[in-house]
Amino acid sequence: MIAYLIRRLLGAIPLLFGISTLIFFVVHLAPGDPTSLYFSEDSDPEIAELMRHNFGLDRPLPEQYGIWIFRFFRGEFGWSYGHHRPVADVLREAVPNTLLLSSVALVLIFVLGVATGMLSAVKHHSTLDKIITLVTFFFYSMPGFWFALMLLLLFSYQLGWFPSSHMRSMEFIYEGLTPLGRLADRLHHIALPAIALGLGSYATVARYTRASMLEVIRSDYVRTARAKGLPERTVLFRHALRNALLPVITLLGLHIPFLISGAVLIETIFGWPGMGRVIVTGIFQRDYPLIMASTFLAASMVVAGNLLADIAYGFVDPRIRHAGEEER
Amino acid sequence: MKRPSFARRFRASHLGVAGAVGMLILYFAAFLAPVLSPYPPQEQNLQAGYTAPGEDHLLGTDKFGRDILSRVLHGSRISLSIGFVAVALSISLGTIIGMLAGYFRGWVDTILMRTVDVLLSFPRLILLLAVIALFRPSIYLLVVMLGVTGWMGTARIVRGEVLSLREREFVLAARALGFSTPRILFRHILPNILAPVIVAATLNIGNTILLEASLSFLGLGVQPPAASWGSVINDGREALTHAWWIATFPGLAILFTVICFNLVGDGLRDALDPRLER
Repeated sequence: MIAYLIRRLLGAIPLLFGISTLIFFVVHLAPGDPTSLYFSEDSDPEIAELMRHNFGLDRPLPEQYGIWIFRFFRGEFGWSYGHHRPVADVLREAVPNTLLLSSVALVLIFVLGVATGMLSAVKHHSTLDKIITLVTFFFYSMPGFWFALMLLLLFSYQLGWFPSSHMRSMEFIYEGLTPLGRLADRLHHIALPAIALGLGSYATVARYTRASMLEVIRSDYVRTARAKGLPERTVLFRHALRNALLPVITLLGLHIPFLISGAVLIETIFGWPGMGRVIVTGIFQRDYPLIMASTFLAASMVVAGNLLADIAYGFVDPRIRHAGEEER
Repeated sequence: MKRPSFARRFRASHLGVAGAVGMLILYFAAFLAPVLSPYPPQEQNLQAGYTAPGEDHLLGTDKFGRDILSRVLHGSRISLSIGFVAVALSISLGTIIGMLAGYFRGWVDTILMRTVDVLLSFPRLILLLAVIALFRPSIYLLVVMLGVTGWMGTARIVRGEVLSLREREFVLAARALGFSTPRILFRHILPNILAPVIVAATLNIGNTILLEASLSFLGLGVQPPAASWGSVINDGREALTHAWWIATFPGLAILFTVICFNLVGDGLRDALDPRLER
């Protein structure tokens, strides 16, 4: 298991290196100058030159790259032109909010998706199965940002059941709440964004779980378990589901990029102060250091997510963690 | 027993046929948009701003009194053609890169597949946002970038297929006969990997239309005054409290389109993949 972990971790290093290199060159080969944000056409070109010098933009590209990557891996992400603060500070505030939103969405996706898929598979060919298949197909094809707007329209503007933006109630209300009340307040605010964010992936997980369950249910060891006279509940949960979940775990790992992409849209719609919003505003302000750092962070989250999925897979399936050993 | 023909197997999947019919309707509507639209899509009529759906405007109007039905119809041209061209680009790239990696193996394979790993680590929307924002947003840039960021999945599928095909007798025979590598790749291998490629292409079109809509929704895709579905939804976002129809109808159009493409994709997969025989 240790060897498997190390192999996986080492594999991630060149990946991160490739990601940062790509970001650097894309940003630096693009036309346009980040200092142009500060200057109009009639400002003094000498000041502009001085500023370029201060930001190190007048050095040769390979040198800039060397300096940048060295600082980058030490966690010095530079100065945000748009926020007038260190990039690291901006991200430190935004990232936990995105992680909160996406982990709540991930839990919803996994729990509800697996439950729906199980139900559909167990009641194979029933009307319920058909309805579930149809509904998940709809969700799967739904534009997430549009669904978010529709949720807002219905549950926030029309019915008034949920707040339309922000992570919690205003300060003076929030401060007066009991700890339990605060939790409820938070959940109240996160419900719509998390549902909107998770919808598409939920549908995919449900579809996969159903297909995977149907395959497993037909297998010999499930027939054996039934033949032994085990109660159906034990057969389904202990024997079938455990094996059916294996591909679903990988699928969840693969869905992290979708969650982060989705977060860009959902955070913009719900005014959620996370990374997605930072990226979108950074792009409109041509805030290069912020774009570079946040794009890198988003990609690293994907790498980390896939790594976690691999490790989880290795834990539940011994075949995987030993597989590479004979090959190499 | 003879396997039923492809057409027959596709027809057996009723949903796939339904999707294909829906697709035809869509292309028909896009083609006839100038005839079907009751108003020019850009025509402003400030007196009729925010008109609710009714007799004069079937799907209502936006802030400037532009007719939503006309804008959705014209938007279909933009969204459908962007989806089609971008996927044609990404599928060709993916097929060529996947074939090269699978056929030559060795360092070619290593470099190409590591590139795939790196590109797949980026959430695609964020990569697109970053690149599009650095250049000036335009419809051409949008199409090219959607193509350039979408080939990795296809490349992986194609590589896998080619890896097993290259050891098959007919390929070995072609090589023994001294055929050139391009000829082996395009005449002998390519026809045998078309099935999964076509399925991937169909399913990708739905996804690409969704992405284009997301980018236009954020204001970084199709630029005004042209309207794609995403940008009409963006117009409707600020008016959500008092003019629900602006954002709702283009979204339904996207949903319908993506459903059709996904239905056809699933139908094709069932019809083309012999492993799924039931």
